[in-house]
Amino acid sequence: MIKVQGVNKFFGPLHVLKEINLNVDSGEKVVVIGPSGSGKSTLIRCMNLLETPSTGQIVVDGVDITAPKAPITKVRESVAMVFQQFNLYPHKTVLENLTLAPTLIKKISRDEASESGLAFLERVGLREKADAYPAQLSGGQQQRVAIARALNMRPTVMLFDEPTSALDPEMIQEVLDVMVDLAKEGITMVVVTHEMGFAKQVADQVIFMDGGTILEKGSPEHFFTNPEHDRTKLFLSRILR
Amino acid sequence: MPGPFAGFKWLALVNDWSVFAEGFIQTILLSALGLTLALGLGIFFGLLGTSHVKLFKLLNRVYVEFIQNTPLVIQIFFLYHGLPHLGIMLPVFVVGVLGVGVYHGAYIAEVIRAGVESVPKGQLEAAYSQGFSYWGAMIHIVLPQAKRISYPPLTNQAVNLIKNTSVLAMVAGGELMYHADSWSSTNLYYGPSYVVTGLLYLSLCFPLATFAKRMERKLEVSS
Repeated sequence: MIKVQGVNKFFGPLHVLKEINLNVDSGEKVVVIGPSGSGKSTLIRCMNLLETPSTGQIVVDGVDITAPKAPITKVRESVAMVFQQFNLYPHKTVLENLTLAPTLIKKISRDEASESGLAFLERVGLREKADAYPAQLSGGQQQRVAIARALNMRPTVMLFDEPTSALDPEMIQEVLDVMVDLAKEGITMVVVTHEMGFAKQVADQVIFMDGGTILEKGSPEHFFTNPEHDRTKLFLSRILR
Repeated sequence: MPGPFAGFKWLALVNDWSVFAEGFIQTILLSALGLTLALGLGIFFGLLGTSHVKLFKLLNRVYVEFIQNTPLVIQIFFLYHGLPHLGIMLPVFVVGVLGVGVYHGAYIAEVIRAGVESVPKGQLEAAYSQGFSYWGAMIHIVLPQAKRISYPPLTNQAVNLIKNTSVLAMVAGGELMYHADSWSSTNLYYGPSYVVTGLLYLSLCFPLATFAKRMERKLEVSS
């Protein structure tokens, strides 16, 4: 579904991604972990071209999005992203947040988009907030709306960029519950997170990044019980305590 | 010797009210067209200023810095006295519209740029991630949010623009200040002439300024 080949990314003199190679199969759940500054957010943001790789190739669903003149807006319609800061549209109601892109971009009728939007709100437990504005919701609720907004695009891939890092501790679980529920479906998920419990529970593949490289990748069993690198062991000992 | 505000001077003014009315209407027309031009230029150059393309940014800076850092009077003189030497003769009304329009366009460009830049970057990214193009994201996501922040300073620019149309009096602009000036320079009844003229400008600007204040307060409440 997603093929990352030899990707490098520079921000000025900073070399933040170094020769990254990664395959994400259709339906696979990939969790990317690592210390801050390791390049994991940059990597996931390259997958929908919010960041453009300096060199290398990224193929999403058969389309080389790094090619010049790649149909990137078209690809983005089926690659949804959930952000750390939610990024809901504050001037729109919750339901409008869900229907705006489906009606304007995918040209789905307003009735149909509203109907499916309400169903997704129901699924994240926020149907009664359809007419509220984002500012009236808690952080956890906003992030659940953001997930519903992503789902209403009917994506084949969902990218999560630290979806619980900006939340108060007691709100993290409600968002993780929604994500775990989502993981039971066939949708492809790439999740950058510090939530090791989530990684253990849903990941098919865990990626550990440090200093712009992928240091280690493997199944959660391998990863949490038998990591190879000292750096991985150190990270896990600090984060799992 | 009668004072500057002697009664017969006021009577003379009332008799010649049509002179002032004509100037007042010209000022309103000039302001309306000038503001339209200023908004168009301001939005265009303001958006250039938010672009990542260096050339666009440069165009924005050249326009804004050049216009903001030279006096309006000189810009008007250039249009009125300078352009004819290049074979371009503009009617004075057009000089007025161009003069205040280009001048305030530079200020409005800064208002628009600041408004767009006040919208968090994540908004544009969220829109991009859903398949919006740059313009689609601007029109549906970014500009509606920038608009709310930009309204009060935009209204202030409208007020300044109305007042600055009076500079046209220096090139026989045919607007309110010019008529007040020429009427009183023939009979020397400066007192009533300038008081009434000032009040007429006030009648245009004060409601706008009040409107701006009220919106500012409303924005404070809603944020």
